[in-house]
Amino acid sequence: MSDVVALFSIFILAIFIGFEVVSKVSTTLHTPLMSGANAIHGIILVGAIIVADHSDTTLELVLSLIAIVLATINLVGGFVVTDRMLEMFKGKKK
Amino acid sequence: MSRDIYDLLGLVAAVCFILALKGLSSPRTARRGNLIGAVGALLATVIVFFYVESPDVLPLNNLGLILAAMTVGVLVGVPAARRVQMTQMPQLVALFNGVGGGAAALVAIVEYLKLGETASLAVLIATIFTVVVGSVSFSGSFVTFLKLQELMTTRPVVFPGGRFVIGATLAGIIAVAAWVITEGGTTPLLLLGALSLLFGVLFVLPVGGADVPIVISLLNAFTGLTVAASGYVLEATLLIVAGTLVGASGTILTRLMAAAMGRSIFGILFGAFTAKAVDAVGSDSARPVKSGSAEDVAILLNYAQRVVIVPGFGLAVAQAQHTVRELADLLTAKGIEVAYGIHPVAGRMPGHMNVLLAEANVPYEQLAEMEEVNPTFAQTDVALVIGANDVVNPAAKSTPSAPIYGMPILEVANAANVIFLKRSMRPGFAGIENELLYDQKTTLLFGDAKTSLTAVVSALKAL
Repeated sequence: MSDVVALFSIFILAIFIGFEVVSKVSTTLHTPLMSGANAIHGIILVGAIIVADHSDTTLELVLSLIAIVLATINLVGGFVVTDRMLEMFKGKKK
Repeated sequence: MSRDIYDLLGLVAAVCFILALKGLSSPRTARRGNLIGAVGALLATVIVFFYVESPDVLPLNNLGLILAAMTVGVLVGVPAARRVQMTQMPQLVALFNGVGGGAAALVAIVEYLKLGETASLAVLIATIFTVVVGSVSFSGSFVTFLKLQELMTTRPVVFPGGRFVIGATLAGIIAVAAWVITEGGTTPLLLLGALSLLFGVLFVLPVGGADVPIVISLLNAFTGLTVAASGYVLEATLLIVAGTLVGASGTILTRLMAAAMGRSIFGILFGAFTAKAVDAVGSDSARPVKSGSAEDVAILLNYAQRVVIVPGFGLAVAQAQHTVRELADLLTAKGIEVAYGIHPVAGRMPGHMNVLLAEANVPYEQLAEMEEVNPTFAQTDVALVIGANDVVNPAAKSTPSAPIYGMPILEVANAANVIFLKRSMRPGFAGIENELLYDQKTTLLFGDAKTSLTAVVSALKAL
């Protein structure tokens, strides 16, 4: 299997997993779930670090450092705010 | 670290993300799910420092600057997430989503500057996709932030020729994308980013305030897909998996949210263009209403057998969750049956009100979802609507031209008496008049929700 096809297969399989894991979720959890999923895409931080390492010119470096700042805010802030929301739910279940 | 070990650890992180989404779908496991996600993210971030192309190039170039930039991100993100009031949380999620989209677009731009002419067609297409959608997500999320923070009007913004401007921008994006593919170069790519930023603004402006959360969810899914596309450009499997997961689950979530509001996604995005100018029935605020005192409200409540409290965003803004619980406890002590009727989109986002009431320690068993509570309004003596408007507006059922038409509502009009605690006659977030306010069985108590409730509680104690 060529690299391109392998990556494409991973993409397609991930779509099905993504559909499957959230197919049934009560409205109560829509907000935390959106926020949690939002935090996960902050993982673009990894991509930003990789391009910062590659950077040769000042322009490339500046843009990738901005990307790192933005991605870190998304990733870290996202998980913290989701946790704060979910903390409110604890101990309320019978 | 060898490529194999790096990829295997990346797989562990990807599994963490799947478990995180799975966990977040059930109340019992939600918090643990989020923590598992955070662990996965930490693992993925740490390992990238130990693997890049070949082991002998470690440490990373620009290591100090990378760590400094991450520190800045943490110093901005964590305090923002900790300090934000629960009522303002939807805006913060929108901002976090926007910066994520912006980061993805920047990563794609930098990688393009680097690859230049050598990029394959597939990589070029993935790059264009990331720049366009990431920029749309960035500027679009910023507009949703302005709307939710009420820094701009929450009504749909439509201007003459708006459709034409949006169409022209979209055509421009396609033309410039073709330019990037055929000629290449930095200028067309940056122009592509600029046009996409403009498109993001134009695309969110016509969306009405009440629909904004659905747009945030949609942009969230978009950002996920851009992360997946940059994963393809960088050949980073983890980014493909994580981004696709968010894209797919975000799409489902957007549809679920839209269904909870009885809206179609198409209607939300393009409704403002097709709808006729909304003819606000009786928009003259001179019509008579029945307004009462705190004592009148207390008497109505005191002689009721069953009371349903309908909390809305006004309650949360006034920080009156604790006072409303005090009132409910008082009524329960008098032998009156009390329930909270929670609309799926009460507050600003689906499930937002549950979070806010949980914060005030309202017993979970008293919270009734809309489907449970609606059939009981006919046996209800008093429906007490606190700082809510759109979610009880009968226009959703009776007026096809209303922007909220088709949204399921709490049918408080079926109760024997309706009490509204409102700040003013100002319409709700969706910007439409509520006929119920003028109804014979409706009593209005004007003022800040917390002040009004405190007055009602003291009046009730005095009876």
